[in-house]
Amino acid sequence: MNRKGNLFSGNDIIKSIALMHDRSNGLGGGFAAYGIYPEYADFYAIHMFYESGACRETTETFLNEHFEIEIGGKIPTRKVASVTNAPIIWRYFVQPKPDRLLQSGLEVDEYVAQCVMRINSEYSGAFVVSSGKNMGAFKGVGYPEDMGEFYKLDTYKGYLWTAHGRFPTNTPGWWGGAHPFTLLDWSIVHNGEISSYDANRRYLEMFGYKCSLQTDTEAITYIFDLLLRKHNLPLDVVVTAMAAPFWSAIERMEPEKRELVKSIRTVFGPLLVNGPFSIILGSRKGFVALNDRIKLRALVAAEKGDYVYVASEESAIREVCPQPDKVWAVAGGEPVIAMLEGVDQL
Amino acid sequence: MYTVSRRIDAQGLYYKELNQLVRQAFSEGVTEVVLDNVNGQRYLGDGISSDGSIIIHGTPGNDMAAYMNGLQIVVRGNAQDATGNTMNEGTIVVHGDAGDTVGYAMRGGEIFIKGSVGYRVGIHMKEYLKKNPVIVVGGKAGAFFGEYMAGGILILLGLSGREGYPIVGDYCGTGMHGGVMYIRGQVEEYKLGKEVKIVDMTAEDESVLERYVSRYADYFGCDKEAILAQPFSKLIPFNKRPYGNLYTGV
Repeated sequence: MNRKGNLFSGNDIIKSIALMHDRSNGLGGGFAAYGIYPEYADFYAIHMFYESGACRETTETFLNEHFEIEIGGKIPTRKVASVTNAPIIWRYFVQPKPDRLLQSGLEVDEYVAQCVMRINSEYSGAFVVSSGKNMGAFKGVGYPEDMGEFYKLDTYKGYLWTAHGRFPTNTPGWWGGAHPFTLLDWSIVHNGEISSYDANRRYLEMFGYKCSLQTDTEAITYIFDLLLRKHNLPLDVVVTAMAAPFWSAIERMEPEKRELVKSIRTVFGPLLVNGPFSIILGSRKGFVALNDRIKLRALVAAEKGDYVYVASEESAIREVCPQPDKVWAVAGGEPVIAMLEGVDQL
Repeated sequence: MYTVSRRIDAQGLYYKELNQLVRQAFSEGVTEVVLDNVNGQRYLGDGISSDGSIIIHGTPGNDMAAYMNGLQIVVRGNAQDATGNTMNEGTIVVHGDAGDTVGYAMRGGEIFIKGSVGYRVGIHMKEYLKKNPVIVVGGKAGAFFGEYMAGGILILLGLSGREGYPIVGDYCGTGMHGGVMYIRGQVEEYKLGKEVKIVDMTAEDESVLERYVSRYADYFGCDKEAILAQPFSKLIPFNKRPYGNLYTGV
């Protein structure tokens, strides 16, 4: 990410993730890119997968009922030999229909989020890939570098890019199941598996989130959305809820901090994410990278000037930034936070 | 023996090709392989039995020196995760930091890291008869240092590392049932796994420590006396496994 918001092409992220080719097995690759649609920056960019033309038609009826569509069309792709069975891939730049929004009584982001949930859970064969402003997710079944070529990401420019190569272990490798997972501006790439998935899912369902994508990672996206957007909590509280310190470590804290952390663990116990993970949460304002509290997955960070990098391997950073000013191993449960200049909360 | 050296430019080479070139060099009588522009290539030096050496410029990938049997590897840069995984014999000298699980299940040889290391370093390293693996870390270590350690020697110096961080993380020696750790300075009790205790240093401990700190000082050009001037904490497991009491003199 560039802290000043300067745009750079998708070439770097493709190069970087390609170096870690052997960490994935070709069953999922994807990218999130921020800052790529400046000409439509005020519109929600809805990226869609459709299994068939018929799915597209029924879903477009829903979209037309709920949104003013400024422009819609196929997302440009190029032929890549290894990429097969691609769905129909479209995007729309939209605004909620003012009368519908008014009737719903919802805040605008919530209106969009609820529409996304409805499509994903009620429109069989249709899948919302991303729904944020001035950002988009590009993913599918294949190695990440092949996905980058497929989606022509070298032709896009963004200030924040994340990427993921998947090695599915517990859930199917399907187009919608590749990372990143997104909702509004949030995107998540995740290495690991969540043993607390069901506890997390049950809690999230009480707030209207439907976990319908056959993967644990989806839940992490909604946890961030719930705590950051809906509850408007500061990032450090959110991180403490998700990767909470052990009770023994809490006991050793200064009294004031101890009471705060105790409260967070108690109130948000069901949102504690257990199991090995390293994740990057992307947003329009920056990113946060986080490991599980006992660091069962790899995470390295680096800085050079206005650029901040995180990756599973140091070499993936050095591939695009050979001489960083600073490289460090990130501790378990310790967030790496990078925000755009002038922003103080994600 | 005189040195026969070969330089290989690793730029853009896939790990498989690079490792083939390294093996080929040793099979042709080369004694020193110098690798330039290494970045992320995995498995360097793995499973090689040789008295030769590999000098690496750049950032070698994961599992460097796994099952290595006798080589000397020098890294002019940082190493990544699982360096020296199940290594059997030889020496690794890293002039930078290294990642998680350095010396994973290591069973012989020596690893010297100038800087700091990540989590679970020395996890399940073991010893048998004359095979007694050693890891010396000049900087700091993350949590689970020496987790499930079954033998060998871990030495942690704390000479450098991330500011504001302790010399060693929590859960130090969790599940440890053999071997010994020497950590420079004090380690708080709460950081120790429940299988570990701190005991007094013996004269034999001092001589072991002196031997390996000397080597560290030689490799990285620092002052041995200054390092040894500060007292060390010696950590061993509580239980009565054969090697648990090797250095306690009881």
